[in-house]
Amino acid sequence: MTASRRGLVAAVLLAGLGLCGLAQADALADIGSRKQIAIAIPTDFPPYGFVSTDLKPQGLDVDMAQLIATRLGVKVELVPVTSANRIPYLQTRKVDLVISTLGKNPEREKVIDFTAAYSPFFQAVFAAKGVTIRGAADLAGKTVGVTRGAIEDIELSRIAPADSEIRRFEDNNATVSAFVSGQVVAIATGASVAGNLMARNPQLGTEYKFVLKDSPNFIGVAKGEDALRGRVNEIIAEARSSGELDRLARRWLGRPAGNLPQ
Amino acid sequence: MISLDFAAVLEQWPLLVRGAALTVALTALSAALGTAVGVACAWMRVWGPAAWRWPVVAYVELVRNTPFIVQLFFVFFGLPAAGVKLSPEAAALIAMTVNLGAYAAEIVRAGLEATPRGQIEAARSLALDERQVFLRVVLPPALGRVWPALVGQIIIVMLGSSVCGQIAAAELSYQANLIQSRNFRAFEAFLIGAAIYLGLSLLLRRLLDEIGPRWIFGRRAATGR
Repeated sequence: MTASRRGLVAAVLLAGLGLCGLAQADALADIGSRKQIAIAIPTDFPPYGFVSTDLKPQGLDVDMAQLIATRLGVKVELVPVTSANRIPYLQTRKVDLVISTLGKNPEREKVIDFTAAYSPFFQAVFAAKGVTIRGAADLAGKTVGVTRGAIEDIELSRIAPADSEIRRFEDNNATVSAFVSGQVVAIATGASVAGNLMARNPQLGTEYKFVLKDSPNFIGVAKGEDALRGRVNEIIAEARSSGELDRLARRWLGRPAGNLPQ
Repeated sequence: MISLDFAAVLEQWPLLVRGAALTVALTALSAALGTAVGVACAWMRVWGPAAWRWPVVAYVELVRNTPFIVQLFFVFFGLPAAGVKLSPEAAALIAMTVNLGAYAAEIVRAGLEATPRGQIEAARSLALDERQVFLRVVLPPALGRVWPALVGQIIIVMLGSSVCGQIAAAELSYQANLIQSRNFRAFEAFLIGAAIYLGLSLLLRRLLDEIGPRWIFGRRAATGR
């Protein structure tokens, strides 16, 4: 593509964006008149969003999407997205909300708005029910499996006592295999991997022990849709005080939602 | 142009030293045990009772026709299902020994089968019993004949030990990997790791070329003169 053509394309895109800005409708009113809300959800990220054996999407994010649609009194249209395209889907108004294990950071805040947090995402230490681990100090003398170089590896290496044995594996699959086969007593990993592990190996009685790092999930709303954002925030606040958010987190992640940032 | 920063890797030298030490230890033990397994299997296949030959053939074919990493995963992730839990280091040692044993069996067998019949007959006519014939007359020159191939195989096993890091045995590659996951100096870490492997290989070859003729089969036996 030559420089001039690239310039032309950029100009057309900018004009398009400008038009979008001008044509911005009130998404909340729009949802009400359509009687339907389009929500982007993951289908490749258990237990937040995945496809079950009957080919229906399910998971924490899917339940959350249902909950919001029910409270708004409209039908939900679930739109499967990937990590890479979930924000563009919102920017181009293909969806009204993104409930897709979305973390908040300054770069994202420049292009979309966020509601309050609705679910935790975290790296934590997990082990069988019979194993007593209340904090990092209890890891003394125990073997812990972790995926080398992951956030949880860095955190664990920082706080684990010197006489705990950290065994680092190449990828999540090897780390999970080591835990499932009993080669390590505890596993430090992300909520998603742990959720999957618990779902597939119920006989191990794996439970959450303590958190290594928190990075909660927020719902993404298109820039400037303050009415919709306000309404969703109300729903989240309600669900939080009624214990609904805790129930969701417990069902899919094995621990309560805890203190989520507003 | 990438700017190289070897200092960032070299300042982690205690990790590299510990890794290299485990690599050397695993190699030394598996070389000794694996060669012993190989000699035993070769003997069973050439002279052993017919009933023992098939298990040996099965073992050799199974190990020589499957990837080492699969054998390693079987020992570490698979055996716990049968109630056998091993530390990563023990699992690595067993996998390396089993692997080398199968290759060594075939290498040593080649040496045994090249023994001139007259040599065995001469030994028997001197009233040596079968054990003496094998251990004193047949085996030493047989090992001498195949020594270079055996040394090569031992070095291959040492280099192959680099995958033992996959089961968290903290050998040299594991440590190089750990270093690069912390400072993102992957190229430097692996280059230094490779240099250490090269040094270890050259050293091991020199050492075995020395040990073999001096202690195991003797210079004259080696050439058959």
